[in-house]
Amino acid sequence: MSRKLVIDPVTRIEGHGKVTVHLDDDNRVVDAKLHVVEFRGFEKFIQGHPYWETPVLLQRICGICFVSHHLSGAKALDDMVGVGYSTGMEILPTANKVRRLGHYAQQLQSHVTAYFYLTVPEMLFGMDAPPEQRNVLGLVEANPELIKTVVALRKWGQEVIKTVFGKRMHGISSVPGGVNKNISIAERNRLLKGGDGLLSMDEVIEYAQEGLKLFYDFHDKHREEVDGFAKVPALNMSLVDDDGNVDYYHGKMRILDKNKEIVAELNYHDYIDHFSEATEEWSYMKFPFLKSLGREAGSVRVGPLARVNVTKTYGDSTPLAKAALERFHDYTHGKANDMTLHTNWARAIEILHSAELIKELLLDPDLQGEQLVLTLEDNAWTGEGVGVVEAPRGTLLHHYRANQDGEITFANLVVATTQNNTVMNRTVRSVAEDYLGGRAEITEGMMNAIEVGIRAYDPCLSCATHAMGQMPLVISIYDANGTLVDECVR
Amino acid sequence: MSIRITIDGNEIITQDGATLVDVAAENGIYIPTLCHLKGKPCLGTCRICSVRVNGNVMAACTVPVSDGLEVEVDEPEVSDMRKALVEFLFVEGNHNCPSCEKSGRCDLQALGCELGMMVSRFPYRFPVRIRDHAAKRIWLERDRCIFCQRCVQFIRDRETSRKIFSIKDRGTHASIEIDIELADKMPPEQIREAAELCPVGCIIEKGVGYNDPIGRRKYEIKSIRERALERKRK
Repeated sequence: MSRKLVIDPVTRIEGHGKVTVHLDDDNRVVDAKLHVVEFRGFEKFIQGHPYWETPVLLQRICGICFVSHHLSGAKALDDMVGVGYSTGMEILPTANKVRRLGHYAQQLQSHVTAYFYLTVPEMLFGMDAPPEQRNVLGLVEANPELIKTVVALRKWGQEVIKTVFGKRMHGISSVPGGVNKNISIAERNRLLKGGDGLLSMDEVIEYAQEGLKLFYDFHDKHREEVDGFAKVPALNMSLVDDDGNVDYYHGKMRILDKNKEIVAELNYHDYIDHFSEATEEWSYMKFPFLKSLGREAGSVRVGPLARVNVTKTYGDSTPLAKAALERFHDYTHGKANDMTLHTNWARAIEILHSAELIKELLLDPDLQGEQLVLTLEDNAWTGEGVGVVEAPRGTLLHHYRANQDGEITFANLVVATTQNNTVMNRTVRSVAEDYLGGRAEITEGMMNAIEVGIRAYDPCLSCATHAMGQMPLVISIYDANGTLVDECVR
Repeated sequence: MSIRITIDGNEIITQDGATLVDVAAENGIYIPTLCHLKGKPCLGTCRICSVRVNGNVMAACTVPVSDGLEVEVDEPEVSDMRKALVEFLFVEGNHNCPSCEKSGRCDLQALGCELGMMVSRFPYRFPVRIRDHAAKRIWLERDRCIFCQRCVQFIRDRETSRKIFSIKDRGTHASIEIDIELADKMPPEQIREAAELCPVGCIIEKGVGYNDPIGRRKYEIKSIRERALERKRK
């Protein structure tokens, strides 16, 4: 008898979604989809608000990567008031570096959350472990020292964010054309030296290396499973600098194929000429793709795996991450890595990279500069702006237009998880075929394999649908008659 | 002429005719205020300073003290009334503190914190109010207006003394209006004065916002209570 499996909600992700898997009479996978079932509407209700409120209001879309939304919005406002990249200008060095500091700190703490809290449980206990064990509480019981380290790492990242933005979550730093504060010597020293329960900068780098080692150990023991799990081909996209190396705050969008040949390279201000978005009735999340290649061939992967695939190297100022990246590149002999679970490897590398970048910035005296905002005359106003950053989950774009009165008339957000939509669906299909297909009996561990595949992308469905609501996800299995056979609900 | 009054049972010697809210502050007793401005004529519009005077509830900013007055400030029923009035102001408008540029500098928000308001016990009205951004330099965010009338009374055209702001209609239909012609003549410092005078984030200077970093904003440095008592003691 054919069946339909449902996972609803998918757990340990940001957002509410479900998975359905259709099996035929011989238990072969006929179809598998990730449905995103929440809707929020931020693009609509920002309309009518004053333009300078936008990065402050829109960052509320997310409790995890709010800094990325704040900074994408800030860059769009820079354009709008005539001091942004679209007009060939650039904000002042202090403002640029303060923004970058906050951005790297968020990447560190977000990746630490995704890697240790959401992914490591399967690395330590296995996909078949009972659900009551494979979670953060299971980690606390099994390895309390590791969790203490993780909590300390996250705390340090949050403290950097608080130093820049005034709050650990949803703070404010960027204003049109700059930032509203610099980093004092005392604040810098506290982050470098730690104390009073706060890690020092060097301890953060040390713990980041240990996090990476955790993956290496896991990989050594489970190489076949890790490498064979959901090998999903896709184009890889990242912001890069003029040398072709990742720049998390600013650059051009570079898209590479599996041979690391450049498929497209564009100024993100022209994104609308290059990208289109498809919709499906079964999901609120859209499916962006490169117009020139069409929906299937033109869908891109973004996020840690894409970035480490795209970047040629890291700078000499981040030697530990640079070495880790070389080891990563060597593993696939110069080809793009399309092994889904290697996203976690990439994420661990980026934790280390973020930490080293933060150290470099903290030692930069520009952070103490007094010139914070670049202001031009009223006639510099353009009324339109596009801001793109590499959020922890990948390339994030904000595009606004405002009228002469300063009222927002248009907003478009293309978030990383949306970019990954097609690739995540391919992953679900791949895992369903490998773990569920042909099996008469479906175990909880098999169902969890699908969630593991989704979690590798660390999707944020709340951001991706610009929607309001809570954050769970579901896996469902239906028979050929549409009867629900099995369901996994959080 | 010196007179004696009592506030919460404490005997106070003060001058006949002084305003009750000022007398209380000068003696270290905080009565919350919102529309009231020291040194300006009393407006009496918000009623946040309601206290019991000789058994009757009255707005303390409107009461000239006289000999023998018995005042209750820290009394449960009237304290709750003051808190309820703040709650009313929140539910009657559309206040979104997290993204409001006045956050941290907003009198209404500061009062909500001061009076321990965690959530309103009254249903939100979600009124439909249309923003007015026709003036060159001023944005009127009507969702946040509490009709205190500070701007109406105290911000005037410097040449003619004509009112720049006004209240149109009554009750739930009331709306704050701006005379565009006069507003566009306002010098920058008067625009800033108007934005500062507004106790909420209704009057905003266009393109300006979030300049004070979190942690250094007005009421994060010193609470509304501390400011009221400090100002009056001077």
